[in-house]
Amino acid sequence: MAGDAHGNAPATASRSWFRPSLVEGDQDFASVTRRVAGVVERPKPPRAWYIAITISGTLTLVLFSLVAYLIATGVGVWGNNAPAFWGWDIVNFVFWVGIAHAGTLISAILFLLRQHWRTSINRAAEAMTLFAVCCAGLYPAIHVGRIWLAYWLFPVPNQMSMWPNFRSPLLWDVFAVSTYATVSALFWYMGLVPDLATLRDRAVTPLKRFLYGFFALGWRGSSRHWHRFERAYLILAALATPLVLSVHSVVSFDFAVSLVPGWHTTIFPPYFVAGAIFSGFAMVVTIMVPARQLFGLKELVTVRHLENMNKVILATGSLVGLAYLTEFFIAWYGGNAYERFAFLNRALGPYSWAYWLMVFCNVVAPQFFWFKRVRTGLLPMVAVAILVNVGMWLERFVIVVISLTRDYLPTSWGHFTPTLVDVFTFAGTFGLFFTLFLLFCRFLPMVAIAEVKTVLPAAHPHAPQGAAGKEHAHA
Amino acid sequence: MNVFPRWLNGLRPALAVGVALGGIYVVSLFAYGASPRTLAVGYAPEQPVPFSHALHAGELALDCRYCHTTVEKAARAAVPPTETCMNCHARIRPQSDKLAAVVASAGTGDPVHWKRVHDLPDYVYFDHSAHVSRGVGCVSCHGRVDNMERVRQEAPLSMGWCLECHRDPTPNLRPPEFVTSMEWSPDRPAREIGAELAREKHIQPSTDCSTCHR
Repeated sequence: MAGDAHGNAPATASRSWFRPSLVEGDQDFASVTRRVAGVVERPKPPRAWYIAITISGTLTLVLFSLVAYLIATGVGVWGNNAPAFWGWDIVNFVFWVGIAHAGTLISAILFLLRQHWRTSINRAAEAMTLFAVCCAGLYPAIHVGRIWLAYWLFPVPNQMSMWPNFRSPLLWDVFAVSTYATVSALFWYMGLVPDLATLRDRAVTPLKRFLYGFFALGWRGSSRHWHRFERAYLILAALATPLVLSVHSVVSFDFAVSLVPGWHTTIFPPYFVAGAIFSGFAMVVTIMVPARQLFGLKELVTVRHLENMNKVILATGSLVGLAYLTEFFIAWYGGNAYERFAFLNRALGPYSWAYWLMVFCNVVAPQFFWFKRVRTGLLPMVAVAILVNVGMWLERFVIVVISLTRDYLPTSWGHFTPTLVDVFTFAGTFGLFFTLFLLFCRFLPMVAIAEVKTVLPAAHPHAPQGAAGKEHAHA
Repeated sequence: MNVFPRWLNGLRPALAVGVALGGIYVVSLFAYGASPRTLAVGYAPEQPVPFSHALHAGELALDCRYCHTTVEKAARAAVPPTETCMNCHARIRPQSDKLAAVVASAGTGDPVHWKRVHDLPDYVYFDHSAHVSRGVGCVSCHGRVDNMERVRQEAPLSMGWCLECHRDPTPNLRPPEFVTSMEWSPDRPAREIGAELAREKHIQPSTDCSTCHR
């Protein structure tokens, strides 16, 4: 059993052509469907689901009320003030956009690279991407203060002859994030269609049949359907791939194109993209571990999947650490006094606690993934993943707040203190994120049924007819 | 298993067309429907006194500045006090029904409550004197007031409309002596005259945000 879990091929010579098994247990096509559809079809979700959604739903209501309060009162309810006109709003925006990077990376890049282990986790990771984009998109919309003028961000002809400034990275941001949201949603939904048809065909109540049937778009599973589906999926994957790299590059331009010391560095785009993938995978691990336990999907989302994600976390975490070192090196080597001060101030200034905590969480913590026991142990990996999430939030805090509160002129220095509204709005976005995720788990297949079947031993062209892994016995 | 009847298939192209047209509809709604060009032009409220600009400015050819005295010196083109009306109307038709409100106002000292026609938003700074002294004629913004029985808004007064002239004022510049003239028409292309005047007087209207939003 343990051998399979870690992807070792079955030792028997007669089945030596088997690929390393990506699912565990005695799975055949029918059992995969039963297992995944069962989560949606069981009359009641587990008790833990109710507890979780009560908490996250409450936080979501807190978020909505605070957004209403903000709109009614103005952005003064936040701690943003001179000189830190960007505070938690931008920190949280970048944090959530970063989280949103894992889904598309898993779906698109790993798909193009033929990494078949993506199949069990891509659906949930893509859903997570969408929900993280919802949380991220909220901040730019509400931080403009007068939200009813947010349409000024878009090039809509108007009586004011006002047109967005296409030279501004803030505008690129609008397009980068909205394109990303659109493509991720399309990708996610298109992948769902065959599974929605499965749920439609298994539905027992007319309402469910209607709803799943409506969104299944008349999928019948004919060869022609599959042919077109796979073509379209490939095209969307190719479209989404550059987006994984472009979105956070553009987000980093918000900073890099300005002249603030600590922001104005060319390393930002790759450094942000690595950080985004890093935080995104950490979030996937954080929520997939409890989700697979809760919904009995341990055999589909195996420890091997989690271990692979942890390897990505280790790699991207090391990249992020390298970026931190490079920043310091360039600050010294570049010889610019302001730049040098900006970085010394990060490490030794008033917010040095945030900097060193960030270094611990982002650079030190993932290094434990060199040990297989940490990489494959559920508790240690969740602990590291949570630390990484904390660290990546702190990274954005360090970049945004420290740089703004200590720029060129000491007379304009200041200190940033968040208000309670800041804190609870941020907590509320977690509520929104988890509420959406819990609803997704309950009403949609959280594992791509059709795709997992393609990696079953039974789907191999040389699999014994009708065997469907039956002889794949375990001791 | 068919969940939906076959005729629903016909709705798919309709849906696609609807979505495409819906996008165009929303954009045009913003661009034209919500524009002052649509909403504000033609606004002509009934005033407490049926004062006719057609009679006073047109037939009698009173100069605009006889009543709107501050227009050359101040941001606002003052609405005249009742006393200005009474300069003449103390002797001309003081018994007329149409003038009852003016006469009453002169007696009590309570001003006539004229309804404002050209009303810019509070966040817009506009200075009449800056425009008049540089040769932007009254008629350029207010239209042929000398033909109006009741004053109506001719120009949209939208930001885009302001910017149009601030970006290229030459078609709207005239020699200062004709600023209040309703009938002046250039003997050469207006743009040519405007360009000369702009050069002479260094007229370079700014389009910075803070020019109007202070």
